[in-house]
Amino acid sequence: MRFYDLIFLALSTLIRYPLRTIMLLVATSIGVMAVILLTAVGEGARDYISGEFRDMGTNLIIVIPGKNETSGGGSPVDLAGVTPRDLTIEDAISLRKIDGVKNIAPIVIGETSAQFNGLERNVPIIGSTQSFLSVRKWEMETGMFLPGSTLERSPPVCVIGKEVEKELFGASNAIGQWLRLGDRRCRVTGIIGTEGRAVGIDVQKLVVVPVSLATALFNRPSLFRIAVEAENRLVGDQIIKDMKKILKKRHRGKEDFTVIRQDAVMASFDNIFNVLTMALGSIASISLFVAGILIMNVMLVAVSQRQSEIGLLKAIGAKNKQINQLFITEAILLSGSGAVLGLILGHSITQVLKISFPTFNFLPPMWASYVSLILALMSGVIFGLLPARRASKLEPVIALTGNK
Amino acid sequence: MIRIENLSRKFEVGNQIVRALDHIDLEITKGEYLSIMGVSGSGKSTLLNILGLLDTPTKGDYILSGINTSEMNDDEMAHIRSTKIGFVFQSFHLIPRLTAAENIEMPMVLAGIKPKDRQEKVEIALSHVSLNDRSDHKPEQLSGGQRQRVAIARSIVMEPDVLLADEPTGNLDSTSGIEIVRLIEDLNKAGLTLIVVTHDRKLGNRSDRLIRLLDGKIIDDDRK
Ligand SMILES: Nc1ncnc2c1ncn2[C@@H]1O[C@H](COP(=O)(O)OP(=O)(O)OP(=O)(O)O)[C@@H](O)[C@H]1O
Ligand SMILES: [Mg+2]
Repeated sequence: MRFYDLIFLALSTLIRYPLRTIMLLVATSIGVMAVILLTAVGEGARDYISGEFRDMGTNLIIVIPGKNETSGGGSPVDLAGVTPRDLTIEDAISLRKIDGVKNIAPIVIGETSAQFNGLERNVPIIGSTQSFLSVRKWEMETGMFLPGSTLERSPPVCVIGKEVEKELFGASNAIGQWLRLGDRRCRVTGIIGTEGRAVGIDVQKLVVVPVSLATALFNRPSLFRIAVEAENRLVGDQIIKDMKKILKKRHRGKEDFTVIRQDAVMASFDNIFNVLTMALGSIASISLFVAGILIMNVMLVAVSQRQSEIGLLKAIGAKNKQINQLFITEAILLSGSGAVLGLILGHSITQVLKISFPTFNFLPPMWASYVSLILALMSGVIFGLLPARRASKLEPVIALTGNK
Repeated sequence: MIRIENLSRKFEVGNQIVRALDHIDLEITKGEYLSIMGVSGSGKSTLLNILGLLDTPTKGDYILSGINTSEMNDDEMAHIRSTKIGFVFQSFHLIPRLTAAENIEMPMVLAGIKPKDRQEKVEIALSHVSLNDRSDHKPEQLSGGQRQRVAIARSIVMEPDVLLADEPTGNLDSTSGIEIVRLIEDLNKAGLTLIVVTHDRKLGNRSDRLIRLLDGKIIDDDRK
């Protein structure tokens, strides 16, 4: 039997029983669609989370006060752990002498009231140095980022997010104006252009001040973190070693701080979300197998319904192999077109979701399409085998007289 | 051409044994026109099915063109059915979703013949049964007699040596019945060996040779 004859015959049966065909197409396409949608959610979640870190630059090493013993030197996620001895600006200064360090940005965070011209609002504050701009890879909309602010010097300057600018200054020019923060004053030197979040804070609502101004504001000398930018990835490990040595010495021989590499954190997040995506995909794949079993059941019924046809085909010279091929082809056509339908549906729905929820990125991974297509075809073949075998093994006489 | 020696076919239903064919000897020469008659349940269909390699005997030998069929495997039997044997059934057995032409084409499709060669042969077969104008009709759009003519066209399209017909007129009125009979008799005159199972005495009497079965045994073998 020729290939196109096989396809024609299989198609003619599928068309002959439209309800059955549609039912099986729907079952398979739902399976494939589920794989696409769930993996899109998984990938989207990964993208969302890692996006928080991605813009920070990959050559970043971060020192956090406190040691998470249970993590065994790995990357502690619990940043709110107790702080036996605080990190100080002096600690940050001591890291300067390490080779390969490009930038050091101490970070202090807090919240205070900001006032201008009788208007007042509560704002989140980040205290740091000029280096922070380069470390965070931020863009300025206008002005300069904390000019003259270093680890040793904290002139009374500040930069503000767009929303702060709008709310406190309105139409008037913010640059050069004196902003009151708590009981201090600072001159606005720039507006931050970047949108998004930094350490969980919406950048547009933020005011950034020199580090000592922040510690004075909050009356607390300790740093939230120290971010160190390495010149390149390769020196990272050496820098970490040196940092640990220096800080340990400064902290009376105790390693009461944690050093993590930004790229390591990102990699572990990546891993977690890859596993999540895979798990979601596997769960969805189960529905593909359910569809396969459905195909098998319906085909088994079809075999007994079509006994007399099978008998006739044998009487006019069909070999067992050909009967087998015919049923397998039907199963593959069903699962294959169901899969294609599911791919189209899955990707269309993803597009709709993207438009409806623009903040969350739905990203169906490429492999999900391939894998679900292959899985659907495989389940078609596997679950088509039994009915096809049963059909081909029918005795021609029994088949012919079985039903008319 | 066909030789049957000491052939039996038993069916076991529960603990009961039915001897559908009971030690039969039969020889059929090429080009012969043979009728098989007998009461219901006497084993006519069983004999015809065995002759057509749709069924296998439980005992004895069936030698077709010098080859003992008991030594054939499934594929070899399928090949013989495809090339040497044509079937016509009482209930036509057309595939309902295919047109008349496609039904006739089916044996050639299974044999892997090229579409171009198939088309030509379908045309010839259709003109044999005078249905050229009905080639695109589905079976449900044809009368019983026309359906049987399509079935006959299908049975001869591979140019077999033997045509086996199990009560080919059983589902037809007498006018279309006689049409069908004439059709297959013409094929016989052109050299095709014709074996017809029938209940119809008149039809049986038209053949060169008439055998009667009773309880799976040949009780009569008349040559004219
Ligand atoms: N598959 C089967 N299983 C069990 N018994 C069978 C089977 N096929 C035929 N028989 C039995 O074998 C005997 C002969 O059957 P067969 O069909 O050959 O009769 P027949 O002469 O063709 O009858 P009819 O004129 O009614 O068609 C019957 O008793 C029948 O019940
Ligand atoms: Mg019968």
